[in-house]
Amino acid sequence: MEFRTRDGVAKVLNGVSYHVSAGETLAVLGESGSGKSVTAQTIMGILDTPPGFITNGTIKFRGEDLLTKSADERREVRGEGIAMIFQDALSALNPVFTVGFQIEEQLKVRRGMSKADARKRAVELLDQVKIPNAKGRVSDYPHQFSGGMRQRAMIAMSLALDPELLIADEPTTALDVTVQAQIMDLLAEIQKERDMGMILITHDLGVVADVADRISVMYAGRIVEHADVYELFRAPGHPYTESLLESLPRVDLRGQELKTIKGLPPSLTNIPPGCPFNPRCPRVFDRCVTEVPAVHNLGMGRTSRCHIAEEVVARD
Amino acid sequence: MSDPGSVSGGAGLEASAAAGVDQASHVDDSSQKQRKPRSLWSDAWGELRRKPTFIISLVIIAVIVLMAIWPTLFTSVDPRAADLDKSLQAPSGDAWFGYDLQGYDVYARAMHGARASLLVGIFATVLTVLIGSIIGIIAGYAKTWLDSVLSRFADIFAGIPFVLGAIVILTTLNAPTENPGVARIITQVVLSIAVLSWPVAMRIMRSATLVAKQQDYVKAARGLGASPLRIVFRHLLPNTVAPVLVYATIALGAFIGAEATLAFLGIGLRPPVVSWGVMISESRDYFQSAPHMLLFPAGFVTITVLAFVMLGDAVRDALDPKSR
Repeated sequence: MEFRTRDGVAKVLNGVSYHVSAGETLAVLGESGSGKSVTAQTIMGILDTPPGFITNGTIKFRGEDLLTKSADERREVRGEGIAMIFQDALSALNPVFTVGFQIEEQLKVRRGMSKADARKRAVELLDQVKIPNAKGRVSDYPHQFSGGMRQRAMIAMSLALDPELLIADEPTTALDVTVQAQIMDLLAEIQKERDMGMILITHDLGVVADVADRISVMYAGRIVEHADVYELFRAPGHPYTESLLESLPRVDLRGQELKTIKGLPPSLTNIPPGCPFNPRCPRVFDRCVTEVPAVHNLGMGRTSRCHIAEEVVARD
Repeated sequence: MSDPGSVSGGAGLEASAAAGVDQASHVDDSSQKQRKPRSLWSDAWGELRRKPTFIISLVIIAVIVLMAIWPTLFTSVDPRAADLDKSLQAPSGDAWFGYDLQGYDVYARAMHGARASLLVGIFATVLTVLIGSIIGIIAGYAKTWLDSVLSRFADIFAGIPFVLGAIVILTTLNAPTENPGVARIITQVVLSIAVLSWPVAMRIMRSATLVAKQQDYVKAARGLGASPLRIVFRHLLPNTVAPVLVYATIALGAFIGAEATLAFLGIGLRPPVVSWGVMISESRDYFQSAPHMLLFPAGFVTITVLAFVMLGDAVRDALDPKSR
């Protein structure tokens, strides 16, 4: 294909919808249990059914709806079209095989490479993710790698079939801060090089600010705000995002008590009527309890699911 | 390190890879030597080598296997050379284990009996583990209804008491009057043991699979487009096979005991086959007058079973990282 565009429109969970284009990074931000990972696994089609069922919606990749494809056709897309990086690389790498084998396996099966060629390519890939002495470490087992190295190996594994879209599900959550930064830099670099689309799932606002082009903020299984990263940090358009940004530790407010969002996210089996954020919202008023807010278009591709989105974004 | 992605040719990549190797070898020369690929299995082996129970059981098993393959290494006496003059003679310097009713040399028969006993044990174990593992891994990985069907099917077999089941199967297959051939009766004994024992292996495999399939690496393999068959046999099996192997070593001993039980009841192996079970069965009526007829073959069965159980225990401990 000449145009390496992929427009994915996922409409899962509760009216979640986002799209990613080539070379673009979309961050999906939300607290634990907001449905970030479920969305990602639904896109990949690796959610177990049961319990997961898709009642309606579309997942479009290269303009085709993945959900109407057969299981085998979807399998073709995985790895080659869309690949995924998991949070915990130790459990996402098979403990009984060497790192090299796990990369080579795909190349041998899907590309028909010979053993020697696959090994060569695996070393190249490990080298690309900056594993020192890639040649020597290719035959090591996952438990012989450090946490950061394992995540690098995991990235190399998901890049083996040159996917056009990479879904990174909290790729740095299990790592310490300095390694986090290295991995994020690596991901950003690889994405740029390969002109890949990337969906970055995270709950870390700091990570988002560095890497993402656009942000979708999820709350209770729906997207409450969607905006360009600069716009979102400049003027959030949803009270939830606003509260999130306010609860970031700030150097200029040293010594003061850290702001938090009071309460807990609602259980997904028992979402409150109206806006799901209403029990915790500082700007709550009577309409919030009765009426589910519609999507407000704030211009420049920004949307917010809040009755008073315009007010919020204007910082009143 | 330079930006490897911007390098256009393979030569550049190799150069940078080589530079990486160079660099690393300068940094830690010492760890280079100690570091060899260590897997679960090599770890387990390292652990096992230092375990006396493992060494002892291995030596016993090696001797018995040798006995089964080349019984003539241990005895030059023909196990079928009967000398009725010596009937029921007690152990002596001539015949260490004495003679049985027919005047057979018990020592020679015990050596030659290892083969049939071990064959039954090995074949029954292999069959049990194969059937159990395949059904277990399918049940563990499959969707819920297939799992239910297979599990209930296994429960039916698990519910049959072993001895009763074997008696029913073997007496049905062989009319009391007929004397089945050697190959046929061995096959029948092996099959009836396997048919009655596979649910144990199946349950072990199923539960190991249920645990393993929750792991992210299974999701990762699916996420990279691996087919279900590849996931089950390539990615799951190596992770679930350890507990079944442990069961197999213990079962092998138990099945040698089962062979003796069935032979004693007169429905398993029978003369002219020489096996420990057959020898115990022949001693049935002479426990009091000639206890050596019972004690020696029974001792071999006991020691063999013990050796395999000890081996299984040692292997289980070695394969369980938490026990270290």
